[in-house]
Amino acid sequence: MTAALLAVVRRDLLLALRQRGDVVNVLLFFVVVVTIVPLGVGPELNVLRMIGAGTVWVAALLASIVSLARMFAQDYADGSLEQMLLSGQPASIVVIGKIVAHWLVTGAPITLASVPIAVMFDLGLESAGTLVAALALGTPALSLIGAVGAALTLGLRGGGVLVTLLVLPLTVPVLIFGAGAVDATAGGLSAAADLLLLAGLSLAAAALAPWAIVTALRISLE
Amino acid sequence: MLQAVDLECVRGERCLFRGLALELGPGQCLHIAGDNGVGKTSLLRILAGLLSPTRGHVRWKGSDIVRTREEYGSDLVFVGHLNGVKDDLTVLENVRFEAALRGIDLGEEAARRALALLGLEEFDDAIVRQLSQGQKRRVALTRLCGAAGARLWILDEPFNALDSRAIESVYALLDGHLATGGIVVLTAHQTVDLPSSAQRLDLLGWALA
Repeated sequence: MTAALLAVVRRDLLLALRQRGDVVNVLLFFVVVVTIVPLGVGPELNVLRMIGAGTVWVAALLASIVSLARMFAQDYADGSLEQMLLSGQPASIVVIGKIVAHWLVTGAPITLASVPIAVMFDLGLESAGTLVAALALGTPALSLIGAVGAALTLGLRGGGVLVTLLVLPLTVPVLIFGAGAVDATAGGLSAAADLLLLAGLSLAAAALAPWAIVTALRISLE
Repeated sequence: MLQAVDLECVRGERCLFRGLALELGPGQCLHIAGDNGVGKTSLLRILAGLLSPTRGHVRWKGSDIVRTREEYGSDLVFVGHLNGVKDDLTVLENVRFEAALRGIDLGEEAARRALALLGLEEFDDAIVRQLSQGQKRRVALTRLCGAAGARLWILDEPFNALDSRAIESVYALLDGHLATGGIVVLTAHQTVDLPSSAQRLDLLGWALA
């Protein structure tokens, strides 16, 4: 079972490497969204410090939604999704493997890219550390919740907009606690509560999402 | 071994078949025939467990396939209408991934031997995107050599886009599988000479039964 899980992760990473344009575009999208916000609100450092964490989180959310199109659509179109569901492995193993790979090519680079961006918003060392920790704990939840939306809208016309409408409201808690963690640090409080809640959200999503995704995929394949 | 009971399939407004029953044992081959749109592919997808029938159920070794998906999956090789092969991976990577997913650690040598059986020995390291339609089909059919131990083969138009040499190789695989007690269910459009033991099921008769 672990071998099958690793095989799926390896395959999806290899595919991401072969189609690296798509992966780089998502990261660029994240950087561009974060960069244009200061251009809109002006260079006042106090304002930037205040909106920094929220901006990064909104951009991370949008970038993860943009990347959802890659998740199941190609496998669905070329028939490899049905092959993976018929392989004799538990379908949830396949799904978890795909989500891990998705996080490694979106959530992980976004977390790393937030370091220079924190400097850009003058967040300070401590707040920047909290932001990175919050993203590392919260982005898995974004991949998991996003995958449910991607599975539900698989094969639908206009699925792209629909998936945004489905997924965005569900990710609001991640956004609130993610930005809250940085605010707490900036205000001299401990961010532990927010970070633990983020970890809890990711774990809860990891427990429930695969089951929902498998059900949605089976319906989409009919 | 494979048993379908009282299957009914309704797609949209149309009833494709009703009250369909079949039973296949070791060494048997079933050729599903019928014109376009009579429901051959739907029937195969129901037998594979990808589509739920409107009524009835499919049993494998006596138990409902919906309840034993994992065991059924490891006994089954399905080659559908879509190849299920990744365009951006090499031929070898595709074959080895499929084996790994089935829990088989297919060495590079074994994978190359399987590919040679279908005449792909010179294309092992080619990216699938660059292959012709027939070659892609052959990559998909390599599944038949890779999945040792799968008793049931469900093949949807396996001969599509294949040249006569490749068709011969697939025949040889089919014969070998049936001789060792395997079961095959397939659709084939061309009037091909299937193994003489093949039974024929004409779907047309089941539409309004």
